Amino acid sequence: MDLIANLALGFGVAFTPINLLYALVGCLLGTLIGVLPGIGPAATIAMLLPATYALPPVSALIMLAGIYYGSQYGGSTTAILVNLPGESSSVVTCIDGHQMAKKGRAGPALAAAGLGSFFAGCVGTVMIAAFAPALTELAFKFGPAEYFALMTLGLIGAVVLASGSLLKAVGMILLGLLLGLVGTDVNSGVARFSFDVPELTDGIGFVAIAMGIFGYGEIISNLAQREIHREVFTVKVQGLFPTKQDFKDMTPAVLRGTVLGCALGILPGGGALLSAFAAYTIEKKVKGRPGEVPFGQGNIRGVAGPEAANNAGAQASFIPLLTLGIPSNVVMALMVGAMTIHNIQPGPQVMTSNPELFWGLIASMWLGNAMLVILNLPLIGLWIKLLTVPYRFLFPAIVLFCAIGVYSTNNNTWDIWIVGIFGVIGYIFYKIGAEPAPLLLGLILGPMMEENLRRALLLSRGDWSVFVTRPLSASLLAVCALLLVIVLLPSIKKKREEAFIED
Amino acid sequence: MNIKSQKDFSAGLMFMGVGAAFAWGATTYNVGSGDRMGPGYFPLMLGILMALVGAVITFKALVIETIDGDKIGKWAWRPLFYIISANVVFGILLAGLRSIHLPAFGLIVAIYALTFIASMAQAGWKFRTTLILATALAVGSYLVFVLALALQFPVWPEFITG
Repeated sequence: MDLIANLALGFGVAFTPINLLYALVGCLLGTLIGVLPGIGPAATIAMLLPATYALPPVSALIMLAGIYYGSQYGGSTTAILVNLPGESSSVVTCIDGHQMAKKGRAGPALAAAGLGSFFAGCVGTVMIAAFAPALTELAFKFGPAEYFALMTLGLIGAVVLASGSLLKAVGMILLGLLLGLVGTDVNSGVARFSFDVPELTDGIGFVAIAMGIFGYGEIISNLAQREIHREVFTVKVQGLFPTKQDFKDMTPAVLRGTVLGCALGILPGGGALLSAFAAYTIEKKVKGRPGEVPFGQGNIRGVAGPEAANNAGAQASFIPLLTLGIPSNVVMALMVGAMTIHNIQPGPQVMTSNPELFWGLIASMWLGNAMLVILNLPLIGLWIKLLTVPYRFLFPAIVLFCAIGVYSTNNNTWDIWIVGIFGVIGYIFYKIGAEPAPLLLGLILGPMMEENLRRALLLSRGDWSVFVTRPLSASLLAVCALLLVIVLLPSIKKKREEAFIED
Repeated sequence: MNIKSQKDFSAGLMFMGVGAAFAWGATTYNVGSGDRMGPGYFPLMLGILMALVGAVITFKALVIETIDGDKIGKWAWRPLFYIISANVVFGILLAGLRSIHLPAFGLIVAIYALTFIASMAQAGWKFRTTLILATALAVGSYLVFVLALALQFPVWPEFITG
């Protein structure tokens, strides 16, 4: 069995002391930022990218991945205890989780979230291991036309499945694509949109843009809101273990959530947030046992399902990145950045050229999930203490880490000015209600799309029909069109809006 | 004509403006044709598309009724000013500014400055707690970034280290 041999290789890599250490560091940091509202995995990974320079690539990626799925665990803690989503994907966990906490059942709620996430994480890991090789083979059949079509699908998928205004998301993608083109054009050597500024000929730093928009932009908008009164349940967390009846109720919910998360996570634009929303909607539709606590008043299924789904979704979103080299959400876009820093071109060739990296990363996810259960359930008291740290201590520290991190990318103050500029731009985006995540996806994909479009049209001698005559490319574009039609249909449009407003 | 959604109206204008600017900029490079794309081809395409998307958004913002007018609301000048200033001052102090002959003050001084300026973004900041926070951050950053990760920073002011 190849799968066994591959996983054995992976565990061999992941079990080395240094990689275990970095997996632990990643999980700890992930839980930490997950618990703290106001800072998400995107900003954290952006801040830490420069710090991973010195690490071996496998360790760096293991740590960054740990931050992402660790934040899914931590986010649920805050959602349940404080009724604030520590992460955007735990928004739905607040609904029933906090009600459970109010009724003195914070313990079982946390356990349901933790165990559900762990189960989903394990399934997600196996799924990556099982599906990745097959998808990779498919990817080798891809020519430039197919890649262009696939990236279009990825971007369309990201706007369709994301919340908020469709057109504005398209606009943000285009803006991202254009910003990605700033700098020297690889084919002609012309420095585009660089206004004779030498630093701009290398392009605008991806890390600087991500930090400015997600770090500073968010801090400014957080500070603009009034201090939210936090109601922390610090003393009442006892009796961590769910009852027998709880287990009976949550098991099917966890299973449904896991399947849903795995399926939606693979989709471009999918991932943790969408999976959690979908899982909650489904749990509400599924009929429970008679006499069950209604939804919205502390139903354990409303915690277990979405939490399993967001963790499965978080892991499944690694699949398109590792097999096709296409990021499906912002965090994956940052992972592309991390891989390029270490001179690894993400794509199907990673599995053959760097098998220890590929399988090591996958094996580390399983180990990381095991660590997270231990970190989160027995040590829950520690994280609760953290929730009492006021924001006025946190935000100057975040500003500092952004500034230090971005300076150390090139040891140049230029990037510090760029972060500042994009901090202002990020706040403007927030004010005009333009979601910044699609911009970052576009930014990463911009140069790749141009290159593939150029090659595809060069091969076809300028004939645009190449995109619809090649079967793979045509079917990918057909899916794009289908997605757009579906989302623009009035009846579905209404449903979609409802699904994202539901609080 | 009334603006029905302030947010969308401004977003639409922004997309139109930026898209047009990029498209116009792209025409100054060689555009080329489909089979031999010049550096201006792709940005020109994207810029035009973006301006069109912006136009549709603006149009819809003028036509489609919203419940509360989708107001942009007040700008949070205070946090905006202090956070960005903290960042800029940090950069200037860390590495100095050659154009005005300002020497580098190094990491430690820059951290104190950043922490104080950033803290002022919130009303009711206190000198003592901020001082403690700044000291903690300075010591922590020195241990983690300078000693453990061995990142290259000017740590102390230039006129002390020489």
